[in-house]
Amino acid sequence: MMPFRFEWLWSDALVWLLVAGAVGLALYTRVRPHLRAPWARVARSSSGMAAATVLVPFVLVGLLDSLHYRAALPSQDGKVAYATAVRSVLDLALEPLRATREKTYSAPFATHLYTKETVQLPDGREARVYPRLRHGGAHLADPHADRGRDVALRAFRGLAFAVVLWLVVVIGVCAMRARHTAADIESVWRDIWRGRSNVPWRAVFCALGLMGVVIGPVMALAPHYHVLGTDKVGQDVLYQALKSIRTGLVIGTLATLVMLPFALVLGVMAGYFKGRVDDAIQYLYTTLSSIPGVLLIAAAVLMMQVYIENHPELFPSTEIRADVRLLALCVILGVTSWTGLCRLLRGEVLKLREMEYIQAAHAFGVSHWRIMMRHLTPNVMHIVMIALVMDFSGLVLAEAVLSYVGVGVDPSMISFGTMINSARLEMAREPMVWWSLAAAFIFMLTLVLAANLFADSVRDAFDPRLIIEGGRP
Amino acid sequence: MFPYRHGIALLILVFTAGCGESPWNNPYPAAAAGDNVLYTSFSERPKHLDPVQSYAENEYAFIANIYQPPLQYHYLKRPYELIPFGAETVPRPAYLDAAGKPLPDTVPAERVAYSEYVISIRKGVRYQPHPALAVDTAGKPLYHALSAAELRGIDTLADFKHTGTRELEAGDYVHQIKRLAHPRLHSPILQLMTEYVVGLKELAATLAAESAALPEHAMIDLTQHQLEGVRLIDRHTYAIRVRGKYPQFAYWLAMPFFAPVPPEADRFYGQPGMAQKNITLDWYPLGTGPYMLTVNNPNRQMVLARNPYYQGETYPAEGEPQDQAHGLLADAGKPLPFIDKVVFSLEKEQIPYWNKFLQGYYDASGIASDTFDQAVQFSGQGDVTLSEDMIRRGIRLQTSLATSVFYLGFNMLDPVVGDADGRGGERTRKLRQAISIAVDQEEFISIFRNGRGVPAHGPIPPGIFGYREPDAEGINPYVYEWRNGQPQRKSIEQAKRLLAEAGYPNGRDAKTGQPLLLHLDTTSSGADSKARLDWYIRQLQKLGVQLVIRATDFNRLQDKLRRGTAQLYFLGWNADYPDPENFLFLLHGPQGRAKTQGENASNYRNPEFDQLFDRMKHMANGAERQAIIDRMVALLRHDAPWVWSFFPKDYTLHHAWVHNRKPNQIANNGLKYQRLEPALRAEKRRLWNPPVIWPLALITVLLVLGALPAIAAYRRRERRTAVVEPQ
Amino acid sequence: MTAYIIRRLIYGALVLVGVNVLTFALFFFVNSPDDVARAQLGAKRVTPEAVEKWKRERGYHKPLFLNEKESGIGRVTETVFFDKSVRLFVFDFGASDQGRNIGYDISTRMWPSLAVQVPAFVIGLAVYITFALLMAFFRATYIDFWGVVLCVLMMSISALFYIIGGQFIFGKLWNLVPISGYDGGFDAIKFLIVPVLIGVISGIGGNARWYRTIFLEEINKDYVRTARAKGLSEVRVLFRHVLQNAMIPILTGVVVVIPLLFMGALITESFFGIPGLGSYTIDAISQQDFAIVRAMVFLGSVLYIIGLILTDISYTLVDPRVRFT
Repeated sequence: MMPFRFEWLWSDALVWLLVAGAVGLALYTRVRPHLRAPWARVARSSSGMAAATVLVPFVLVGLLDSLHYRAALPSQDGKVAYATAVRSVLDLALEPLRATREKTYSAPFATHLYTKETVQLPDGREARVYPRLRHGGAHLADPHADRGRDVALRAFRGLAFAVVLWLVVVIGVCAMRARHTAADIESVWRDIWRGRSNVPWRAVFCALGLMGVVIGPVMALAPHYHVLGTDKVGQDVLYQALKSIRTGLVIGTLATLVMLPFALVLGVMAGYFKGRVDDAIQYLYTTLSSIPGVLLIAAAVLMMQVYIENHPELFPSTEIRADVRLLALCVILGVTSWTGLCRLLRGEVLKLREMEYIQAAHAFGVSHWRIMMRHLTPNVMHIVMIALVMDFSGLVLAEAVLSYVGVGVDPSMISFGTMINSARLEMAREPMVWWSLAAAFIFMLTLVLAANLFADSVRDAFDPRLIIEGGRP
Repeated sequence: MFPYRHGIALLILVFTAGCGESPWNNPYPAAAAGDNVLYTSFSERPKHLDPVQSYAENEYAFIANIYQPPLQYHYLKRPYELIPFGAETVPRPAYLDAAGKPLPDTVPAERVAYSEYVISIRKGVRYQPHPALAVDTAGKPLYHALSAAELRGIDTLADFKHTGTRELEAGDYVHQIKRLAHPRLHSPILQLMTEYVVGLKELAATLAAESAALPEHAMIDLTQHQLEGVRLIDRHTYAIRVRGKYPQFAYWLAMPFFAPVPPEADRFYGQPGMAQKNITLDWYPLGTGPYMLTVNNPNRQMVLARNPYYQGETYPAEGEPQDQAHGLLADAGKPLPFIDKVVFSLEKEQIPYWNKFLQGYYDASGIASDTFDQAVQFSGQGDVTLSEDMIRRGIRLQTSLATSVFYLGFNMLDPVVGDADGRGGERTRKLRQAISIAVDQEEFISIFRNGRGVPAHGPIPPGIFGYREPDAEGINPYVYEWRNGQPQRKSIEQAKRLLAEAGYPNGRDAKTGQPLLLHLDTTSSGADSKARLDWYIRQLQKLGVQLVIRATDFNRLQDKLRRGTAQLYFLGWNADYPDPENFLFLLHGPQGRAKTQGENASNYRNPEFDQLFDRMKHMANGAERQAIIDRMVALLRHDAPWVWSFFPKDYTLHHAWVHNRKPNQIANNGLKYQRLEPALRAEKRRLWNPPVIWPLALITVLLVLGALPAIAAYRRRERRTAVVEPQ
Repeated sequence: MTAYIIRRLIYGALVLVGVNVLTFALFFFVNSPDDVARAQLGAKRVTPEAVEKWKRERGYHKPLFLNEKESGIGRVTETVFFDKSVRLFVFDFGASDQGRNIGYDISTRMWPSLAVQVPAFVIGLAVYITFALLMAFFRATYIDFWGVVLCVLMMSISALFYIIGGQFIFGKLWNLVPISGYDGGFDAIKFLIVPVLIGVISGIGGNARWYRTIFLEEINKDYVRTARAKGLSEVRVLFRHVLQNAMIPILTGVVVVIPLLFMGALITESFFGIPGLGSYTIDAISQQDFAIVRAMVFLGSVLYIIGLILTDISYTLVDPRVRFT
């Protein structure tokens, strides 16, 4: 009997489909030089590569968090039953963070709760003290004296480990480059360091080093301390921040992706057929885009809630309900951002269809369908690519705002929006609880900043003349 | 560009003007700093201000200070005591038989066919100045036949030039009771009152028929209709006839539903064109109480000002024993009200509200606002201390137990947690008891309510007759045990044992081996709803039971309860009046939600309980009633149709310059008793809010410094372009 | 020109019909009229009769789209849809589900919204274009580089942080302005400073960068080189040629927004307690007041369409070569 059962949530399936698609596309592109060229340009941009390096751990966390399973309950006379709670592989990896729950707030690296409690002293009297945490710094005998040293020591160990790992990577890359170009390692290193390498390895290494400096100590400290403190119910804030990443990534990518077929088909059709078809499609997207986005989203999210309410049997667990709502949010965000892409595609196709090779294909009696599929669609894919990366950061930001307004993700789902929403009340506490907000701020800023920089370099590589405004609703 | 340059000029103007007496961040006009004005807030536009429609706390915050029902609650005394307000005395019901003949007071409740309340009202009470009462020199109403032309240019009530007043008459009280039956006003208590007030049902039917026959928006003249059970005896006396013995009726007489409304108001507001301008009684009240609504801008501000004609009421001279020490009796005998004006500002977000309170711009925290108290950390476990800084500022804290109860209900119609008969068999009862033990209310209160609550052992909150302290005798023996002189929650092992006896050893169905899956329906709003839902899941996990939470909005939850399809649900109840009947009826079988749309959302039905309820209902408070209530509570604890969760505790904070504040959970008309020291307030505000200017200076300097290299670069560049073309 | 505008107006009306059908379907799918009635009647002691009565009075008792009981034209007109939607076209918004007149509320609440939005828009535009011109002027220098870095950094911060942070710093930490609230007349200024400032600052990143791209596009064109070759100073080139020729792309993005300024800023308004249309909308969503949301959707769509037409007209003003037939 298996100790777990995989649970494919809808968004998981789509995420992995996206991964598969990306891999397939990569393989397809690899052998076609004209398709590779723009990507090679991306690889030559330092900011783009540095941003990509920062994005990798985010994507990894997101992917790990997209493998869900249900643990088996302790067996009873051979019958297998699984828990209703759906967990992800990331939860498993972060078990030390997830399971170490304190009673309530504690500050980053604290050993004591943030609030006083009345406790009974050994001599029977009562006193109001800050009680020790159950997990954070629990291994310290005398927290006041030892904590600073302990934290420093562990941080240093983590740092040392990160540095070693970094050196290994750097040497490895240099060695590979050396073998590839038949030069000695030292000169390769010198080239890279002076920024003379083709791929800006220096930027990659810098980004990698910076991340190592942060991640190394945090990984060394996280099992023993609450690095970013705990929230109202004593849950580690670092864990929440890491869980928020998937929500952000899913919304940022799937929202564009789910509506992509519509945008593509309609945009190409409008541009190609012109006339009545164009009028109808233009009417459709003018109508959709003239509705204020937030209202459309609010209505659709409420509608989804009603559906979920009325069909409880389809959604046996909280996670599944939250997931469906997330997907619904993706779809509706896609609907509101779809019109922009459709308009761009239409414009591009209008230009393309006057090209000679299309006219020639016409003359040879190639069917409309075939012209659109074989000749037009591939030639507008760069716009799709740019839209995908450019919209990403806007969508991540939009999620936060929508969840804040109350029409975003399910309240039971950890996301940047729900984190900010609960953190803002904490700002008014006396003394102030600032770490949840700070954590959300740092993680969001890093993710969105990296995504923006990467998107810029992708756009520059594919079509620098295309002006797309950020996807803010 | 106009706004740009002038904007800067204005900015400078504002900052320089701000350097005077008033702090920069004062949200109110500087001129009002020394006035005798209380500043408070409202969080949401009140939906109804018409006393027959209004039924929500945030609406009562206004109209309870505007209208004058016959009775009110004593401001200081506890338990709550009714005293006269519009009436001369608290009326004693006269009992009548079916033929209308008087019966002695001692007669058993079954034999009483009617109770009659004869109410004589105070003389010389006058309405607030109002255009509906304005008359010309001939005594004819000025504004009762307005043409469309006359209405032009009138957008608010304040646009009417003339106002008038007149003496309050008993007929106005009678008119309001008729208004309860008005088909277009949808009084929330009409349904309930038709069962008691004689003739109300018939009147409602007549009026509904008349309304259907009339064209839309045409006025129904209530003065043309008679209400059988209510008669006008003379100018200052009227009588209400109520079916059977209904001692709780006196409490209804303290609610705005029974406050006087002059027929002129209906005539005035009922004119065509008024509703289109939002000029309705629902929006512009007309009362005889201590205050009147002078500014009515729900988008920003509502202002209550002293009713110039209000007189004759004085500050109470008696109270609870500790009131003397708290200085609550210092003003005894002085005429009410003390405060000239009360400004309610719209404040939707809790953080600005809290911060403005700390800055001295709100005089007190609201008693009803929940998150406000969450926003401030008091302490972990129910004992209340203010932070050093707050004590230094002279902020004072008051606590009071709310007359409310929160509960986690089981739907007794559900086959898993209940049973078709509504009482639940032995098996499901044990399941419910096991869950009752597992859900650790003490922890809930400490984490989510900041210690603002006490664990419930039954449905009746403290301060209501019938409540018993959870001492050795009074605890809920199915969930707690008495150890070391205090109630201790039973161990989780005991709960597991009960669960096994219920047929779910370790949370697994003994027959199928499937884990027991339960569904909780709850509203999810607010920032920490996720944490709360997680917490519930963890509580049942202690038993191995899997809980699925269906978070939904309030409408859906109500809808589900109405259809009886929920399994577990979380609700609360806020008392209408301080009587145990108002809590025990929540479990009265004949009022089951699924069948009769009553308030018994659990659909609990226990014949013995129902029988006792009918007896208890009519009794006067006393040992006999207590015994019956004890028995009823014992039945409930045994059957466990609710997980008795907690009774919320309200904290309210106020500044040193506010006096005579005492939380009152039932009444909302406390404004008139409060007193202010505006001079102290003005001084503290100045002290607490010194503007910090250096960052602005710093930013300016930084901007200038940042511009310098740019200017240098610009110079260089210009020189270069003059010579050679770049690129 | 006139014919063109008339055509656009007719088209706009058609779009509005579509918007109406869509929102109507969405909202009645979400909430049955029963739900609306219950929400408005309150939580305590609501009877089915009261719900029925409430629906009847507000016309929600009719069938939604098609009335089978009526004959002829009545089949269409005696429906909730006809009642509630067609009136919008003459800007008769009717009463909200709470019974208040929506048109009146909108007319009073649009002023605070404009008081925040118009200064934020005008100052914002000036600031963004100035920044962008500066960056374009110093293109390919460290000022440009760090300017762009700053822009990307600023646009990567969620608007929520600007709002929360701004209110905290200016209102609480430095005691410079009231934390929230609003007042009529000149007293409003102290309440408006921070929201306007936040509105401007939160937009700097994205907008300045966008304008910079537009300017750089123009700068690299031949006519600019010619102008420069004539010996014009760089500043003159930027203002005389680049800015003027970049007007069309700038207008495309900007003019559409102007009418929508009426709608207010959703979160800023509710956070700062400004009684504008933005907080009106948020409240309506949270209270599920269908009538208000419908009115706001309609208003938003109307304003958007006006914006589109204005954009077209503004082209002709900026560039005399553009003609519509």
